[in-house]
Amino acid sequence: MLNIKELLDKVKASPYREIVVCAPHTGVVEFAGLKVGDKVSGRRGDFMEKPGTLLANLTREKNTKTITAPEKGEIESVRTELEGQFVEAGEPLVTIKHFLTRKEVIELILQEALYLFRAPERAKYYFVPEVDQKLKVSGKRSVKVSEGMELMIVSRMKRETPLSYSGPEGIIYSVYFGRGDNVDEGEPLIGICPEDQLTVIQDVVARIQSEWEEEV
Amino acid sequence: MDIDRKIQDLKDRLSYVCDIFGDKEDDNIRLLTAKLQDLLDKEQNLPGSVLVEEVGRLDELFDFCERKLDTVLTPMDKVRIVRHPQRICLKDILENVYDNYTEIGGRGEFNIDPSMLIARAYFTRRVGDKVINQMVMVIGQEKGHGEAFRNGGSVKPWGNAKALHYMKVAETENIPVHTFVFTPGAYPIEDWPGAAQQIARNLYEMAALRAPVISVFSEGGSGGAEAVGLADRRIMLSHGYYSVISPEGAAAIEGGLRGGDRATPELIEKCAKQLCITADDNLQNGYIDKIIQEPPLGARPNHYEFFRELRRELIQATNEAVSEVKSMKLYRAMAVRARRSDDAEAIFMRWTLSRSALSRLVELRQRKFRAMSRHARLDGTGIFKRMVASTKSSVEAVHSYLRYDLLGKQKRRLDVMVEELGAEAHLVRQKLLMPLKRTLDKTMGSETMEAKKGEEVREMLTRLSCPEDGACLVGSEWAWTSPRSQEDRTISCPNVRTHHCPDLWVPDLFGDFAGVCPSCGHHFPMEYKWYLENVFDYGESKEFNRELESMNPLNYEQFELKLDKAKEKTGLKSACITFETVIEDVEAVVAVLCAPFRGGSVGAAEGEKFIRAAERAGRKRQPFIAYVHGTAGIRIQEGVNGVIQMPRCTIAVRRYIDAGGLYLVLYDTNSYAGPVASFLGCSPYQFAVQSSNIGFAGPGVIAETTGMAIAPDYHRAYHALSRGHIHGIWDRREVKKNLHQSLLTMGGRNLYYR
Repeated sequence: MLNIKELLDKVKASPYREIVVCAPHTGVVEFAGLKVGDKVSGRRGDFMEKPGTLLANLTREKNTKTITAPEKGEIESVRTELEGQFVEAGEPLVTIKHFLTRKEVIELILQEALYLFRAPERAKYYFVPEVDQKLKVSGKRSVKVSEGMELMIVSRMKRETPLSYSGPEGIIYSVYFGRGDNVDEGEPLIGICPEDQLTVIQDVVARIQSEWEEEV
Repeated sequence: MDIDRKIQDLKDRLSYVCDIFGDKEDDNIRLLTAKLQDLLDKEQNLPGSVLVEEVGRLDELFDFCERKLDTVLTPMDKVRIVRHPQRICLKDILENVYDNYTEIGGRGEFNIDPSMLIARAYFTRRVGDKVINQMVMVIGQEKGHGEAFRNGGSVKPWGNAKALHYMKVAETENIPVHTFVFTPGAYPIEDWPGAAQQIARNLYEMAALRAPVISVFSEGGSGGAEAVGLADRRIMLSHGYYSVISPEGAAAIEGGLRGGDRATPELIEKCAKQLCITADDNLQNGYIDKIIQEPPLGARPNHYEFFRELRRELIQATNEAVSEVKSMKLYRAMAVRARRSDDAEAIFMRWTLSRSALSRLVELRQRKFRAMSRHARLDGTGIFKRMVASTKSSVEAVHSYLRYDLLGKQKRRLDVMVEELGAEAHLVRQKLLMPLKRTLDKTMGSETMEAKKGEEVREMLTRLSCPEDGACLVGSEWAWTSPRSQEDRTISCPNVRTHHCPDLWVPDLFGDFAGVCPSCGHHFPMEYKWYLENVFDYGESKEFNRELESMNPLNYEQFELKLDKAKEKTGLKSACITFETVIEDVEAVVAVLCAPFRGGSVGAAEGEKFIRAAERAGRKRQPFIAYVHGTAGIRIQEGVNGVIQMPRCTIAVRRYIDAGGLYLVLYDTNSYAGPVASFLGCSPYQFAVQSSNIGFAGPGVIAETTGMAIAPDYHRAYHALSRGHIHGIWDRREVKKNLHQSLLTMGGRNLYYR
């Protein structure tokens, strides 16, 4: 049994996620003059067409490419000692402190609280027709799964094989894959919630929805 | 009760005056405000007869002050008058000018596009003892003050399509068209049939519409105005404006504003003045034929005398247009020409025209537009050269008449006959000779020959390719490579996020690859010289009208400097290059709009060059290719001198196509606005180089005028293709091949050169 209250407190104690922006490839780095504490924004616009705040320029073979902020947040540290130097790929350059959004917090809690059934291999996944229909007609929470139940179809290289569920008994709380998307190995497919914990989890989600202050 | 109404009327007049003059301080306005306030304060205590007298006096004072204020109106004040909700609109005109009307294709908001109003109307007149009804088709934008569904007179593409449809109806019914221009500009949505494309279609059809067209300009905003404004007679209301762009838009461009910043009122005022948008300016420049004087401070729906005047003018203008082309010209034609507008109602003239008269009408209209905007360009060709050129062109014209019209027709007839006879003979011969051959083959035997042939074929199909035959040579040598290819550096493709293209070495990219990413096919913008040399063989070709030069006809502030800079930078005199060339044995005339010269914007010089190129292509019976390296639209600093190139060039293109020419358009990089919405968009064959953008208004303008954010790939060539704006997308490296292929396949019977 998971202590959700404790989990929530932990998140509340540090409502941030640290994003380390690394050099995507080798090159000479030039920072855009951001200081610790500066606010940055991620991609914006109705179509995500406006790039995020410029963090640094990386020049390789006289080809200067920009590194922009992936998410909204605050600059936590900048490795100014690397200014004008040649760095290798993967070298951390800037750390951004990203204030978790409501959606991210819910996701975080759910990932801890639910049992995640993961993809055994990279492939496309579909629910078996009976489950699919039930999901469509009565919604996610209506499907109960148990050990050994034939739940999905793995579609790979034009071959479709059935996949049985293994894990604790419960109901499907969330679905993490889209129709026709390729899912990488180890990525969660569905989140299962034991029946007795359903109310608790829903409670927590509702609480986060109302209490979590979104930073604007 | 009556006195209350009069006082309310005075209040309205004062608020109107205040609206028109905005924040400007003026003694007259202050006086009127004080006097009216004074009257309102005293109103309760005054006895009725005195009050009537006071109101009467104040009414006269209002008249006097309005007349006085009318003399100090600035162009921007006129823009405010035109935009004012109290301004007359098309519905008022329909009610007050025509004797009866029926709206067609719309009722309130139930309409294809409520901002375009169509009505069949008639004038009833008493001439002598007879009562006469004369039909017209009324087409115009309706601002419908306060009616949001009318969209402020900004017509959507389907509204313009509706207008075109009813123009064709008028043509069929042989009645005149009266168009009313009441639009701040067209609505820039690209959905089918496309904002730009539809305006281009309208212009193309109006260029040879076989019906008299009279247009009245009140608010003429660029493309929206042109969609219904190509007319035999253009009348303008004295307080209206006709412009290439709104003063605010011009100010935003001048001030270099971005992202929602507003220009200062002073700058807007200055731009309005510089753009020469008023009726007087337009009359002086020759873009309208007549001004109708409005009452002081602009016409409002209760100015009935003005409506009577407008009615007289409309009848007069229609009479004029008709009498000019009538085959039988009697005393009435003289009376019409005398232009005594009081008589207009008394002169009756049938407005239906005969077939030949309609042809003359179209010819006159085309000639009228051809003669416009002469003053707005420089012609540096010397007198001697000009004489030589004109002699040459007349010789060409005579030659082409003899070769293609006089002899050509007979020759074609003969050719067809010979061809038919040849085919007939072939069939007969085959029928007779085949059995003979078969028996001969059987008796003689030709197996050895067959076997030999078979071996040859097998050898050809199965042998390995031999480099020395030239089949395996990879890479190609371009006749011209971009100077950018000299740089030793790499560059990343903009599609790297989605297509994971590897970085490109610049000498490769701009050298061998011709600016095309080998991984995803993205086309990096390329200089126009690349096309000139690699596609059109510019070195071998014959350029003409080189000396036509762009100038600053409106004395727009600092524009001279900018023009000089552009001329120095590019070495050109205008954004248009015209030349004759040969593409794989096919002779053609090419007009190029090059982006580095002021964004490839079209002004009077460019328009003239384009027209002359089209005429030359017509004379020489050669296909005409417009290669648009890039165009930002009409050059706003030239004001209406620029906009008028839209109908002018379209007419030239129409004449060329009607005469049997093949007109091809190829877009590259970015092509927007006026040119696309007229002489480029009307081509039946439009192609684009991959990764180019085509549209009516750029993303910034769309965001500003409609408040809608558009997707970054909204104007991409592929979207334009799926919307039906263009008819094909070409790879840059294959442009020459495709062009040649098109010249061969699209010519058909429309081409003289074959």
